Amino acid sequence: MEKTWNNKAWFLVLPVLLLVAFSAAIPLMTVVNYSVQDTFGNNAFFWAGTDWFDDILHSARFWEALQRNLLFSFIILALEIPLGIFIALNMPKKGIGVPVCLVLMALPLLIPWNVVGTIWQVFGRVDIGLLGHTLAALGIDYNYVRDPLDAWITVVVMDVWHWTSLVVLLCYAGLVSIPDAYYQAAKIDGASRWSVFRYIQLPKMKRVLLIAVLLRFMDSFMIYTEPFVVTGGGPGNSTTFLSIDLVKTAVGQFDLGPAAAMSIVYFLIILLLSWIFYTVMTSSDADN
Amino acid sequence: MLEMRNVAKMVGGEYHIHPTNLALDRGSLNVLLGPTLSGKTSLMRLMAGLDRPTSGSVYFDGADVTGVAVQKRNVAMVYQQFINYPALTVYENIASPMRIAGKDASTIDREVRKAADLLRLTPYLDRTPLNLSGGQQQRTALARALVKNASLVLMDEPLANLDYKLREELREELPKIFAQSGAIFVYATTEPSEALLLGGNTATLSEGRITQFGPTIEVYRRPADLVTAKTFADPPLNFIDVVKSGDSFRYREADSLAVPPHLSGVPDGPVTIAFHPHHLGLTAQTGNAARVKAQTQISEITGSESFVHMHYNGVRWVMLAPGIHDIDPDTEIELFLDTRHLMAFGTDGRAIAAAA
Amino acid sequence: MARITLDHIRHAYGPNPKSDAAYALREVDHEWADGGAYALLGPSGCGKTTLLNIISGLLQPSHGRILFDGKDVTNLSTQERNIAQVFQFPVIYDTMTVYDNLAFPLRNRGIAEPDVDRRVREMLEIIDLSDWSNRKAQRLTADQKQKISLGRGLVRNDVNAILFDEPLTVIDPHMKWVLRSQLKRFHKQFGFTMVYVTHDQTEALTFADKVVVMYDGEIVQIGTPAELFERPSHTFVGYFIGSPGMNVIPAEIHGSTIKLGAETIALDYAPKLDAGGRIELGIRPEFIRIGREGMPVTVTRIEDIGRRRIVRASLGGQSIAIVVSEDAEVPAEPRVTFDPVALNIYANSWRVGREA
Repeated sequence: MEKTWNNKAWFLVLPVLLLVAFSAAIPLMTVVNYSVQDTFGNNAFFWAGTDWFDDILHSARFWEALQRNLLFSFIILALEIPLGIFIALNMPKKGIGVPVCLVLMALPLLIPWNVVGTIWQVFGRVDIGLLGHTLAALGIDYNYVRDPLDAWITVVVMDVWHWTSLVVLLCYAGLVSIPDAYYQAAKIDGASRWSVFRYIQLPKMKRVLLIAVLLRFMDSFMIYTEPFVVTGGGPGNSTTFLSIDLVKTAVGQFDLGPAAAMSIVYFLIILLLSWIFYTVMTSSDADN
Repeated sequence: MLEMRNVAKMVGGEYHIHPTNLALDRGSLNVLLGPTLSGKTSLMRLMAGLDRPTSGSVYFDGADVTGVAVQKRNVAMVYQQFINYPALTVYENIASPMRIAGKDASTIDREVRKAADLLRLTPYLDRTPLNLSGGQQQRTALARALVKNASLVLMDEPLANLDYKLREELREELPKIFAQSGAIFVYATTEPSEALLLGGNTATLSEGRITQFGPTIEVYRRPADLVTAKTFADPPLNFIDVVKSGDSFRYREADSLAVPPHLSGVPDGPVTIAFHPHHLGLTAQTGNAARVKAQTQISEITGSESFVHMHYNGVRWVMLAPGIHDIDPDTEIELFLDTRHLMAFGTDGRAIAAAA
Repeated sequence: MARITLDHIRHAYGPNPKSDAAYALREVDHEWADGGAYALLGPSGCGKTTLLNIISGLLQPSHGRILFDGKDVTNLSTQERNIAQVFQFPVIYDTMTVYDNLAFPLRNRGIAEPDVDRRVREMLEIIDLSDWSNRKAQRLTADQKQKISLGRGLVRNDVNAILFDEPLTVIDPHMKWVLRSQLKRFHKQFGFTMVYVTHDQTEALTFADKVVVMYDGEIVQIGTPAELFERPSHTFVGYFIGSPGMNVIPAEIHGSTIKLGAETIALDYAPKLDAGGRIELGIRPEFIRIGREGMPVTVTRIEDIGRRRIVRASLGGQSIAIVVSEDAEVPAEPRVTFDPVALNIYANSWRVGREA
C-alpha cells in the first residue's frame, strides 16, 4: 500500500521528532562528546582523542564482559525461541482457552524488570526463598550468591520466565493468521506433524520470528536490571555484563570518558549484530 | 469534468501509470477494464487524490486539484471488500457521511430513506451490516457513497466478491442509479462482460497504460490495437497471423482466405486477423462465411451453447456455437467463419481496418 | 476413483436442531457415479460448501452416512478418505520448489524416489510447468499456483475423488478459460470423480456432466447442463441458470391452453394441475422470437452486450427479457412469439411435466 500524500502529516509527527531529538539524538551527541575528552569535574575538559577507545579495546575486562553478553544472548535465544514456538503451537486456537492463555502469557510481560529481579532474588534465597529452600531441602547445593553457575542459571531462568511470553505471543499471532485451507491441504497430502510445522507453520511465522529474534537479542544483550538486582554482577565478575560494567565505570568510578566510549562501542556492537541477524534472516527470502 | 493531463505515477523508478490524458464528463459512467495489476487501482487513487502524481496535473471542473487532499475533494469510494461500520445500523451507516458534514436531522432522514429505497434496503435499516447478506452489505456501502453526494464516485471491483446472480442484479441496477446522479462514476473491473453490461464509456488498461477510451460498445467492436482487443474479449479472441496478397489472406502455405470487402483497403504484407469465438460456427451464418478446418481439443457445454476449443494449424482457437455440440477430442471439423466481423492488425499491433 | 453415495445426509451446525430451517443441509440422498464430473451450484448459504466438507471429511454430518464405492467412510478422517482438494485460494508450500510441491504427497506416503520422480515429471508435463520445476513455488502467478494445487492432487493416482472449492475465484478472466478447458481435458483423459463447488453458472455448466443445483439447504435439481437449461424443475433453477434467467410469468391454464392476460398460447398437451396452485409460465429469453408476428410488446430498453443484445420489454404489464443476436433487427411495433418446445409450466414453483 502506498502512503497517502498529505502535508499535515508532518505537523503530526513533529512532536515525536522533537521528543526523539531530545531523548536520543542530543544525549547521544553528549556521549560522543564525553568519549573523546577527559574530565575531573568542575566542567574542566581535556582532549583525549581516541585514547579511551584504545583502552577499552585493549582491556581484558571489556572483552570478558562482551563474551559473557554473547554467551548470555545465545543461551537466551536458544531457549526462548524454541520454547516460545513450542508453547504457541500448543495454545488453543479457539474457544474460552484463547483469552485465558493470552492473559496468562501477558502477565510476566507486565511486571517491571526490577520487580522481576526482586521476586527471583527472594525466591531463590536459601534462607527464606521458596525455591532456594526447596532445593536445599532436596539436598541440591544451590546458591547464586556464591556459585557462578548458580548465578547464571538464576539469571537465565529469570529472563526465560520473563520474556518467553513475548515470543509466544508473536508466534501465536503468526500462527492464527494461517488460513485453515493450508492445514486441510496438508492433511490431504498426508503430511506429518513435523512437515506441517516445517513447510507451513514455520514459513508463515518467519516474519514474526524475525521480529522476536531481533527483540530478544537486543533486549538480552542489553540486560542490566535483573543481574544488578539479583547478583550485582557477582559472584566475582561472573555475571558482570557490559551494561553492568558500564554503570560501574560511569557511576561507581565516575570515569565519564571511558564510560562514554564504552557506550558507543556497546551501541555499535548491538547495531552490527542486529544488522547481521536481520540480513541473514531476510536473505533467504531473496534467493531463488 | 475530471481531467487528467499527462498524469504519471512512478514508484521505485518504474512507471505504475504511464503519462495519461483522460477527460471524464459529469453524469457519465466510465469503466476501467483490465487484468489484475494493469493499473486500475493506481489510476483511481490518482483520480481520488489518495496518491499524488509524479508528474502531470488533475483538474476538476477546470480547477487544478493536483495537490488537494482527498478529504477536501468530495470523493466517494466503494471497494471490493464490503466496508461498513460494523457497530452501526444500516441507517446510521448510510447517514454517516452526512453526519460528518453536519447536515440537519430531517435532511439526513430524507436522504437516507431515498437512498435505501433506491437500493432496496428499506426493510434492513435497523439491522447491523454483519446480519446482512454480501449483496445487502455492498448495497449499504453503495448507498453511503450515493448520499455523500460526491462529485466523483470511484468503485474498485465492487461486485467481485458477490455471487454471480447478485452481481447480475446489481449490474442491472447500477446504471439506473448512476443516471439519477450528476456525479462522475468510475468503475474498475477485470471482466469484459461486466463492462458490456454496464455500458457507458470504457477505458481499457494494460501494464499501466490506457490503450483506448470511448463508448463501451465502440471499444468492443472497434478496438484500436491488438492489446485492447485482447483485453476486451471474453471468451478470448481468436488470432491468426497471415500475409495479405491481393484478394486473399494466406496462412503459411497451408490455407488461404478471401479478403472480405471491409478489409480490402489493408495493404499487402503480414497482418494479424482476429475474430470473436461466436463468429465461428458449424453452419454458415451468412453468404460471406469462409470454410476452415480445425482439430477439436475439448467441448464445453453451457446448456444452450457450446464452447469448442480447437487447434487451427497449431493455433489455439475457441468457437462459441448455439446448441449442444459435444464433439470428441482430436476430431477434424469443418467450420464457417463469418468474415464480416474480421478485424485486422498490422505488425505494430495497430488496427488497420476495424470490423464493420 | 470411487462412486460416492450420500445416504440420507442432513447437517446442522448447532446442536439439537428443532426445525428444518436449522439445518444447513436438509436432506441429501444421492449416488454419484464413478468417474463423473459433478458441480455443486447455488448462491452463498445454499449448503454447497457444507456438502463438500462432508464429502471431504472436514465435517461429520449430523445424520446419514457417506460411502465411497459402497464402503462407509462417515467416520474416517480426511486423510483416510484418500481424496484431493483444490481450494479457493491457491495452497502451495512457499518454501519448496514446484517439483518438491508435487513430490510432497508422494514422499509423505513413502513412495520410492524413482517412482516419485517419474510421476512428478509426468505431472509437470500435464500441467505444463516442466520449465518451472526448480523454481520456488512462491514466485508463480495465481493460475500457476492453482495448477500446482491441482497437480498435487492428481499426482497420487489412487485418489477416490478430487474436490474443487471455487478454484477459479482469484484467476483473471483470460486464464479462467485456459484453466477450465485444461481441467475438462484432464477429466476426459483420466476419468476422475470430480466434485466442483461454485456460484458461477458458466463454470458449473461447462465443467460438469451433472450439475447439482442447491438452494436453501436442498438439492433442487440434478441434471445435465441441457436439462437445467431446457427443463428447469423449479423456477429457482430457471432464474439461477442462464443470463438473464428464465422469464417467469403468472398464467392461467385451461385444458391445453395457457392464458397470459389477454393472450392465449396453445399447448400440445394438457398439464394435470391440482386446483388452487399458483400457476406460472416459464420461457427462457433465448426462446422468444421478436418480429412482426405474435403478441404485442413494448420495448423499454435494449442492452447491447457485444455478441448479443438483451431486449427488456413489457408484455401485458409483465416485464420480460428477450435475447437477440448482435445482427438482429427489432421492428418498430414489435411482437413476440414463444417457441412452444421451450415452454415450461410451474405450479407453486415446481415444474409440471407432460406426463404428470
